[in-house]
Parts: sequence; structure tokens; C-alpha cells
Amino acid sequence: MTVLTDLTLKAALDGLASKSFSAEELTRAHVAAVEAARPLNAFILETPDKAVDMAKASDARRARGEAGRLDGAPLGIKDLFCTEGVRTTACSKILGDFKPTYESTVTANLWRDGAVMLGKLNLDEFAMGSSNETSAFGPVVNPWKIDRELTPGGSSGGSAAAVAAGLCLGATATDTGGSIRQPASFTGTVGIKPTYGRCSRWGIVAFASSLDQAGPIARTVEDAAILMTSMAGHDVKDSTSLDVEVPDFSQFVGKSVKGLRIGIPKQYRVDGMPAEIEKLWEQGIAWLKEAGCEIVEVSLPHTKYALPAYYIIAPAEASSNLARYDGMRYGLRVEGANLTETYENSRAAGFGEEVKRRILIGTYVLSAGYYDAYYLKALKVRRRIADDFDQAFGKVDALLTPTAPSAAFGLGENADDPLAMYLNDIFTVTVNLAGLPGMSLPGGLDAQGLPLGLQLIGRPLDEGTLFSLGGAIEKAADFQAKPAKWW
Amino acid sequence: MAIDAATVRKVARLARIAEPEDRLEPLAREISGILAWIEQLEEVDTDGVEPMTTSVAATLPMREDVVTEGGDPAKVLANAPKAAKDFFVVPKVVE
Repeated sequence: MTVLTDLTLKAALDGLASKSFSAEELTRAHVAAVEAARPLNAFILETPDKAVDMAKASDARRARGEAGRLDGAPLGIKDLFCTEGVRTTACSKILGDFKPTYESTVTANLWRDGAVMLGKLNLDEFAMGSSNETSAFGPVVNPWKIDRELTPGGSSGGSAAAVAAGLCLGATATDTGGSIRQPASFTGTVGIKPTYGRCSRWGIVAFASSLDQAGPIARTVEDAAILMTSMAGHDVKDSTSLDVEVPDFSQFVGKSVKGLRIGIPKQYRVDGMPAEIEKLWEQGIAWLKEAGCEIVEVSLPHTKYALPAYYIIAPAEASSNLARYDGMRYGLRVEGANLTETYENSRAAGFGEEVKRRILIGTYVLSAGYYDAYYLKALKVRRRIADDFDQAFGKVDALLTPTAPSAAFGLGENADDPLAMYLNDIFTVTVNLAGLPGMSLPGGLDAQGLPLGLQLIGRPLDEGTLFSLGGAIEKAADFQAKPAKWW
Repeated sequence: MAIDAATVRKVARLARIAEPEDRLEPLAREISGILAWIEQLEEVDTDGVEPMTTSVAATLPMREDVVTEGGDPAKVLANAPKAAKDFFVVPKVVE
């Protein structure tokens, strides 16, 4: 018998099309899986009734011959996406029981194509974190477990864990410095951060607006391509949304990659990189060579400055974006003796420690006397980093790197050292600064039996090439490992 | 550059976050550590480099200057901590 929660999104859509099972059956199987997986803390809000209603409506559409691209597919939604009438918190206490009266464009696109919502997924508070430990709802536990409980990464830890554990066929996620790709790497899933502007940011709780971008986490490259095709698209409600055609990205999966030139940036060979990560990278290079790619060493000389530049730019933008949480129009209000005290009390009670730290850094680097030395300097370094990529893409079609400098680590292990936590994004953050598409996909397991991810970086709007290369690596890696069910 | 507790107090005030006195020193230490690490940016030659504020090359689109939505106070106030009639209720602003 087919276990419906073991299917890929593609297989499930095929099964729905051939009437092997109904959307309601598929959804009920996933609702049960979500309920059984509460120890993972991936879902912070389950919406089973809504899911079943949406599935029944999907079955009715299919019976009428009106099924959309994702019709009947049960998905999880990162709780950074506003969902109409369904609590949206960004995993912050400051949003309280906020129920949006509108739907984010990305989720609206998914529902337009017939997808079913299972509920809202855990994340680091306001997507600020690399381990899901800054969530007001407590951390997500990685379904991959060894002698201790591990982080699924962050900030999209709930999305990655839910997909890896078979709780949903795919999930929405967002990526400001690595928040799709690092969790994908830690959980053996596929995640893609598209080109900045591919997906509308409208209705997504803002963190750092010049870096934030939505994308999918899925179990296969093809599944990620199917989801991306629905999520992307121009939106007049986001002035940075790109008015470009959205191809059917799944058409790129399985295409030959023969003759493509793949850059290997030498600066990503950082000191202290675990031998297993190095080995995986070499393996990835070998796979692409076998598939007919030409391997070229490239130089991205400003790579080491990307993280420090990011930790000025992202907090600066966050301090501005999060100024809206003032306890007046929505969310938490803690009264004080006067207006200012009410602001200060509300924000002190509502924001967690990491969010406060970043707001303070952002406020500091934007304050009079420091703006030029920090913020302006970081914006100039950002240009240097983007120029490095421009030059590299004059010689190559895509880049191959590791996704993260380690496998998943234990919960609590980096919690006391913000800088150690920030280093998780060392290989991913450059892509956000330059606005490029980046994909993480599983390459293999380390000696502990934990998944490790490879990252592909493409030219602006060239996600198609990433899906082709990802397909080639996926085929060669033949990554079939799944976490043993302990929850 | 290292920052002290007084600076944290000032910045917290600017950010409208009430930080208790006993958090100022630890925050000053944490933030100073992060700023010290950030200072490696000074090694980068950025003379004549145009600051990069966005990765989108296109100019911002214009639209007709018309009302696109509105007229639904119930929706606007749906999440208000305090509301009365069609208004948000806020602490007294003018003494």
C-alpha cells in the first residue's frame, strides 16, 4: 500500500490526477502525520479543519475538470507569511494573536493553484536566527537525531523539519542570509532562494527588505521547481517585484548540463572547514564533471567580508522595519506612564533577546556620527561582493559550494555566542547581498549519519540552470536516506 | 569600536526598547564584540565605490495616484489592542 506521506509532491500530484486517491485522503494522512509529530514542534498552529475543507473543494474542482497546478497538495506555511484570518506571529510575542485581514501574495498564488494549507510553521523570531532557538514557541527539533536533539537550522527550521519528517509535501520558507538553504542542508531537503524580486514580498513579515526573499523547501529538486513556479510572479503590490516571465521551472529538471561551466570559488575553502564538508564538495565537483560540466576555479575576493557587511545591513533594515511594532495598531501593548513608556514597555516585553540585540545594533549603525563609518561602508562592501559575482559569471554559468560549514548541531550548543551562530551563514549570505538565486540540495551523509548540503549559485533570474544542475547532482547523489522515526 | 553602558542606554532609548539597568553592561559587551568583528570591513578599499542599496537594477515603477482600497474601518481595527467606534485608542500624546 502506498504511504501517502512518503510521496514526493510530483508523485502525489500524479496520483491525484490519476484518481489513485483523493485530495481529502491525501490531506487526512498529512493531518494525522502533523498531529503525531508534535514532539518536533514544527507546526505552531495546525489548521486541520481548514485543510480538509480546502481538500474537499479541491476534489470538487478536479471532478469538474478545473484542477490547478498544485491542486490538492497539502503544504506547510512558514509563520512569516500572512494568512487571512489565520494567526500569524513571526514567532514573536509582539504580534500576539495577530490575525491578518489579508493574504500574502505568495500564499495567495499557492491557493490559486489549488494547494491545501495544513498550518503554520515555526521559525526563529522574525527570521533572525540559524537554529530556530529564538522562536517564542521554542525550538524545532530536527527529525534527524543522533545521541542528542539537534537543531533543524534556521530560520526556516519548521519548514525544513516538516518536509524532512513527511508532515507536508512542501513548505514555504524565506531567506535573508541563508534561512532556506541552511535548514535544507541540515535536514536533507531541497531549498531554493530565488533571485531577489522573483517572489513578491507583499504580506511577508519584513526583516531586511533588500535581502528578504521567499522560496520553497521540498523533498526533491523537481518538487522545489513545481512549488517555485506557483510562488513566483510579478506583483504590483511589491515595488521590487520583477515584471518578468515565470517559466515552468520543472521543465529544467532532467535537462542535460553538458558543457556548462561551473565555478569553484577558492575563498570558500575556509580555515577549519571539516574534512567531510571538503570531501562532499569534491564529490559534487566530480558528479558535475561526470555529467559533462567544465570545472573552473574562480575568485570571489571579498567573500570574507560578506558576513560583517550583512550584520550591519540586515540589523539596520530590521531596526527600521520593526519600528512598526509600537503596541498601537496591533499586537502586544504594555501600558506605561506616558506614550513613550508604553512604546518602550511593549517592545521590551514583545521582542526576544536576539531581536532586541539586532534592533540595537541597527539603531546604533544608523545613528548620527556612525552612519558613514558603518552603514555606508557596508553598502560599499556589498557592491564589491556583487561585483565579484559579476566578474565570476563572465567566466562561468553557475557556482558550486558547500551550503553550511557543518552538519546540524545540538540544540543549545551555539546559543550563548551570537558570533558563532552568525558563522552558519558564511557560505549563503553572499548570495542575498548580491540578490542571486541559490539552491541547497543534499549531497550525502556525514560519519554521524547526518545530511550535508551542496549549494548552487546562479546568475540573476537563471534559476532554470540551477534546477538542471540540481537535477544532475540529485541523480548522481541518489540521496535516499530518511530520518528514522522517533517522534 | 567598543561601546559602553551609557551608549546602550541612549541607543535603547532611540529604539524605544526599555532595557533594565542590569542588562546594559552585558549588552555593551555583546555589541562591542560584534562591532569589533565588523570592523574588519575597514580592510576593504571602497574608494569611489557606489553604495549598493538594492540588487534590483530597475527604477521603481510609478502608478496612478488613486485610492486602491480603504473604507473598511472594521478590517483596519480588527487587531487593535484598544479601539473605540472607528478609532484606535492610544495613550495621551499631547500634554
